[in-house]
Amino acid sequence: METLEHILAEHPFFKGMDQRYLELLTGCASNVRFEAGQYIFRAEEEANQFYLIRQGKVALEAFAPERGAIVILTLAEGEVLGWSWLFPPHRWKFDARVVEFTRAIALDGACLRKKSEENHDLGYEFMKRFSQLMARALLATRLQLLNVYELNP
Amino acid sequence: MSTNLTPEPMMAADGLAPMVPRLHTVQRVRQETYDTFTLELAPAEGGGDSAFPFAPGQFNMLYVFGVGEVAISISGDPAQPEKLVHTVRAVGATTKVLGRLRRGDTVGVRGPFGSEWPVSEAVGRDVVVIAGGIGLAPLRPVVYHILRNRQKYGNVVLLYGARTPSDLLYTKEVEQWRGRFDLDVQVTVDRASASWRGTVGVVTNFIPRARFDPSEAVAMICGPEIMMRFAIQEIEERDMKTESIYVSMERNMKCAVGFCGHCQFGPTFICKDGPVFSYESIKALLNIRGI
Repeated sequence: METLEHILAEHPFFKGMDQRYLELLTGCASNVRFEAGQYIFRAEEEANQFYLIRQGKVALEAFAPERGAIVILTLAEGEVLGWSWLFPPHRWKFDARVVEFTRAIALDGACLRKKSEENHDLGYEFMKRFSQLMARALLATRLQLLNVYELNP
Repeated sequence: MSTNLTPEPMMAADGLAPMVPRLHTVQRVRQETYDTFTLELAPAEGGGDSAFPFAPGQFNMLYVFGVGEVAISISGDPAQPEKLVHTVRAVGATTKVLGRLRRGDTVGVRGPFGSEWPVSEAVGRDVVVIAGGIGLAPLRPVVYHILRNRQKYGNVVLLYGARTPSDLLYTKEVEQWRGRFDLDVQVTVDRASASWRGTVGVVTNFIPRARFDPSEAVAMICGPEIMMRFAIQEIEERDMKTESIYVSMERNMKCAVGFCGHCQFGPTFICKDGPVFSYESIKALLNIRGI
C-alpha cells in the first residue's frame, strides 16, 4: 500500500525534497477525492489548504455576471492547486470546479505555516517551490495575454 | 574572365519547371473554423500526373488566377499523394479568395517545395509534436506518417494549443487520435467558457509532464514564433538535445525557389533551406530582431 509519505515524495512538486521535511509534511497531509461538478473552494472563502492533484482535472474559474463562469486555467495530474493559503488574508481568489473526478493530497495550510515558522529551512524549501510555481504561472499567463494565435491582437 | 550569373533552372520532381503552375481543380472545401478552411485539390485535365508526392513539412504555391499566389503547407497524408490537401487561414487578399472557391474551380499549383520534418531520423525514438494554432496543418502529415508506421517509433506525443475551442482544427480527427492507445494527444485552449470540458492554459504547460524520454526524443514544433520560442525553452529544461529539436519557420514567400529574397532569414531562405529547420541551425537567428 502506498503511504502518504511515498505519495508526497513521488509528486513532482516535492521532487528531491529532503526526507526529514517529507516526514514533517506527512502530518499535515490527507487523501481527498472530489466528484465532477463539485467545487473544491470558492472565491472569498478562507484558504487553508492546497492540493497536489494525483488524478483528474480541476478548472480555476472567475465569475463575471455578464459572461458567466470563465475558465482561467485547468489543472491536472502532477499539478498543484492553490497558493492563497500562503499569504494573508488567506482567502481564495477564484473558484475551483472539478471537471473530472479528482483524487488529490490536501495539505493543511495552517499546519504548514506553523511548521514553517518553527523551521525556517522547511519554510525556505516551501517558498522556493511555490516561487517557481508562481513564476511559471506568471509566464503562462503572460503568454495567454499575448494572444499569440491572433494575427493582429 | 566571365562569370555565368544565370541560375541553374530548378526542376520540380516531375520535371516541370518550378515557376510553372499546374492546373488543379477543387474537389472539396471544408470549413474548419470561422477563418480557416481545407481545400482538397486534384490535377485538372491536362494538369499532369494524378499523384502529387510530397514529404511532411513541404509546401506548395497556390495561384489564384488574377489575384495572387500564396505559400501553403501541405496538410494531407503523404501516403495518399492523389489527394492534395491544404489548410488555409483567410487573412489576406489571396487567401480570402481561396476561401470562396468551390468544387470545380481551378487553381494553379507549384511545388512541392522546401525541407521536410525529420520523420526518418526519428525512427526508433520518441516523438514530441507541438502545434499552435494553424501550426497543426504542416504537422498533420507527420502524424499520418507516424500512424502508418507506428511500430517504428517510440512514445508519440501530440501537444496542440489554440486560442479558443472554436479555433481548434480537425476536431473530429483529433478526437479519433485521442482515442488511440498508441498516441498521447493533449489539447488545450488559451481561453474558454465553463461549458468547455477540455484543458485551458498555454500549450507549453504540457511539456514538463509529457511522456517522452528527453535524451532520445525528437521534437517537431510549429506555431507562432513566440510560442515556439517558449516551447523550446520548456523542452530544453527537460534536457533535450538542441539538435533533436526542429521548427517550421514562416516568412512571406514569393518565388519559392530562393531567387527573390522575400523570405530571407539571415543567411538562409525559408523557401529553399526551410521551412523546417533544425533548431541548432537557426538558434542564433531567432533572437535577432528584424530578420
